[in-house]
Amino acid sequence: MAKDLGVPLEACHMGCTLSVSTEPDLPAASGVDRRRFIGYVIGGTTLVAAADLVAPVGSANAAIPSIPQPAELYDLNDLLTQATLPTSNLISIAVHEDGTASFALPRMEVGQGITTSTAMLIAEELELPVGKVKVTLAQARPELLFNQLTGGSNTTISTYTPIRVAAAVARSALLDAAAIALGDAVENLVARGGVIQARDGRSVSYGELARSAASPSTKRVEVKLKDTSEFRVVGVGHKRVDARDAVTGKKKFTTDLQVKDALPTMVCRAPTPNGTPKRLRNKAEILRMPGVTHVAKVDTGIAVRAQTFGQCIDAIRAMRVEWNPGPVAGLSDKDIVAKLRAAELPMPSLPDNPLAELLEADFLFYFRSNSAMDTNSAIADVRADRATIWSGLKSPATAQARIAEALGMSASQVTVNVVTAGGSFGRRLFFDGALEAAKISQAMKKPVKLMWHRADDARVGRGHPMTTSRIRVLHAAGEVLAFQQSNTSVETDFRHGLGDIITAMGADLPAGLGNLGFAETVFALTQEIPYNFGVVLQTLVETEERFNTGSMRNIYSPDTRCANELVVDQLAKKMGKDPYEFRKSFLKNDRVIAVLDKVAQAGSWGRPMPKHMAQGIAIHKEYRGVSACLVEIDCRPQTVNRDIRDGVGGPRVTKVTYAIDVGLVVNPRGLEAQMQGGINDGIALALTSSMHLRDGHFLEASWDNYFYTRQWNTPPEVKVIVMPSDSTQPGGAGEAGVAATFAAVACAYARATGTMPTYFPINHREPLEFKVKPFVPPIPQSPTNGLKLTY
Amino acid sequence: MPKQTFILNGKPTTVDVHDDVRVLWVLRDLLGVTGPKYGCGINVCKACTSHINGKAFNPCSVRVGDLAADDHVTTIEGLNDTVGKDLHPMQEAWLDRDVPQCGYCQPGQIMAAVALVRKVRREGRSIRDSDLDSIRNICRCGTYTRIREAIEQGARHM
Repeated sequence: MAKDLGVPLEACHMGCTLSVSTEPDLPAASGVDRRRFIGYVIGGTTLVAAADLVAPVGSANAAIPSIPQPAELYDLNDLLTQATLPTSNLISIAVHEDGTASFALPRMEVGQGITTSTAMLIAEELELPVGKVKVTLAQARPELLFNQLTGGSNTTISTYTPIRVAAAVARSALLDAAAIALGDAVENLVARGGVIQARDGRSVSYGELARSAASPSTKRVEVKLKDTSEFRVVGVGHKRVDARDAVTGKKKFTTDLQVKDALPTMVCRAPTPNGTPKRLRNKAEILRMPGVTHVAKVDTGIAVRAQTFGQCIDAIRAMRVEWNPGPVAGLSDKDIVAKLRAAELPMPSLPDNPLAELLEADFLFYFRSNSAMDTNSAIADVRADRATIWSGLKSPATAQARIAEALGMSASQVTVNVVTAGGSFGRRLFFDGALEAAKISQAMKKPVKLMWHRADDARVGRGHPMTTSRIRVLHAAGEVLAFQQSNTSVETDFRHGLGDIITAMGADLPAGLGNLGFAETVFALTQEIPYNFGVVLQTLVETEERFNTGSMRNIYSPDTRCANELVVDQLAKKMGKDPYEFRKSFLKNDRVIAVLDKVAQAGSWGRPMPKHMAQGIAIHKEYRGVSACLVEIDCRPQTVNRDIRDGVGGPRVTKVTYAIDVGLVVNPRGLEAQMQGGINDGIALALTSSMHLRDGHFLEASWDNYFYTRQWNTPPEVKVIVMPSDSTQPGGAGEAGVAATFAAVACAYARATGTMPTYFPINHREPLEFKVKPFVPPIPQSPTNGLKLTY
Repeated sequence: MPKQTFILNGKPTTVDVHDDVRVLWVLRDLLGVTGPKYGCGINVCKACTSHINGKAFNPCSVRVGDLAADDHVTTIEGLNDTVGKDLHPMQEAWLDRDVPQCGYCQPGQIMAAVALVRKVRREGRSIRDSDLDSIRNICRCGTYTRIREAIEQGARHM
């Protein structure tokens, strides 16, 4: 059934599958040849290939005045990549008799373009057109342990080598088979475009070789990967492989799938987050409503299943439910701010220097939502002895284990299909919809297609926790002696672990201790002050675990970087230096200086700007990549006070110049798209988008309340520059556009208005720019006046 | 249950459902036409944008009972047929600019773009920056820059 729905199943069910097992070939004599690997063509009527990658992880060790911070030497991606090594031999590429190759990617496509970049990597080493490589998403595979987490911008970093090795072993097996078929030696054959040609011009296609390339017994194979100078596909912009489906409406998301009897299902939720239902007082009345088939109480609310989602909405609005209040009932922003202030630890002592000046700053970042366009949704078909789930999941193996636990089943009884999702932004690291759908299906004894209403996704869904960031800088005679940054935050939930149940349980130890350890680790492995600022210290304290939080795109970095780049501008001002020149003179890393120089030049840093308009410049370094952003902002009254129906105008970022160096680039077009998206995220974080907690409710219930960047906010002029790189390793791309943009917009705003903002977004404390939707019933009714609004 | 009749992507279509069910659910849940997406249900995100008699509308905010038997509803699935080609010029432009990221909002974006170009043509002018600024369709991936480029490109071939 799943296959008919276009839901990815096993990749290797026909033709030949090459299982590549690779290990670095490290004979003493050969020195370090990082392109030679050992692979295995595993025996059988189909070819199966796997990879044992236990490669050393590179480290930076430049001599620098500041002691290197952990993230410089070993960042989050090193951790994530090393965690994947022991199991990377369990991924395989199949070559089929129709001449195509397929690969079930143990990662989640949420719009970041990894199915496209993965197809490109396979096409490159396999010598097959990209269009003949089919990349699907693997089901939950608990045996992959840490190798099925999509997060930390780690997909390309961790899969770059194993996937290429698998493809190279496949090519090698095909060449061996072709040598026999064509009666010529392998070295005389040329593989190109899915065809292998002999010197005399005779040729044979991959499809024709698919069967004969299979090996009856497991074979150890040495393969040599292409040198980057030989790349013809990697590094050349490629359009998304799913773009045509997206623009014709054929691309399927979870709620588009048709699973027999899985009728629309929604949940009536408590007026305060995480409140629980006592009882539904009018169940009989609800069951009589048009279209309604089932009503069931679950721990998160009252679920209703009906012929259409519209009838679910009607039913929810008619429900009379008694609730137990949620754990933050009655609390408001100011209460949480007070709690964070109380949890702030004293800053450590600074070097004793009577000539030095102290610069202090204190910033507050409000709650933000990572709600995607495609709300939390899942299809669940739970029977007495088994369950099948379809959902967009970035940690499907953890989801499988947790769902099994909730249903009283073993993990092997629960099949979890991973479906492409309409965005994630961190939201889909968790599986709130899938777990809830499974419980509802079990309670109703029927298949359900659960969709969260937007109002629930916004108010009860996960978000970025509120955070304070305090900075103290000691400087004297044009030198920075010490730089301290201390963040205090509502807890960031990492209980998904590294995508496997073992680390997820570790993160779920009592009293938040496990999660705090996880959070501290992620913070330490991602944060870094890339300047020569003497004694540098960055710390994180997390408190308060009653909110629904999680990683939001780029986790700690946007807030942290925004705070420290604003202070960098203050330092430059105190020392009478230009912000660009100041950064250039204190930066430690040549790659960062190069992107900074690039945006300063391409974006005309320092050009005269009219009153109330200004430039801002900022840098970021993370996930093995570096970036710089130069923005221009318009804070003129006529712009700020634009009248926007159901939205906010406010200052407009008019121009963005962004330079990114992620090392080796697989798909420059995809990278450019990721930067453009990150730019819009950074603008939203600085200017418009936040959640207001008031009397125990998050007020924002939809896109007319939660002000993510819209066309009237987006910069009319955006230039993304992908830096040339001679690196042979890729860096992370999915989050790299956010932090530098947020920081640059904040710096530009400070310059245009003459006031450094100390809380974000800058419009949070203004009078609310929307009418708050009711909390009972919890979701709004759909309007009926659509025919009056046509254009 | 009342029979509801309208013309969907060129074909007369009848479905048994109460008058007050919004057209979005009739399309998605009863007819299996899933190009128009749910993003809010209150006509603010515009992910379900489709056309009625050639103009943009949002089926989340129209009762099926308010459709007349001769109303032409066009979803993204039927857009190409309106020009008798495999792809509408706006879809071609979307592909050329490689606009989509997750793709969820893009059917609505394209339907809105086509209607916007037609609207400014009716006003006897071409697309301006202020028209692009007025587009209300949200894209949480932030593909706005490429959407703007694609609309200008698509308009040239419409």
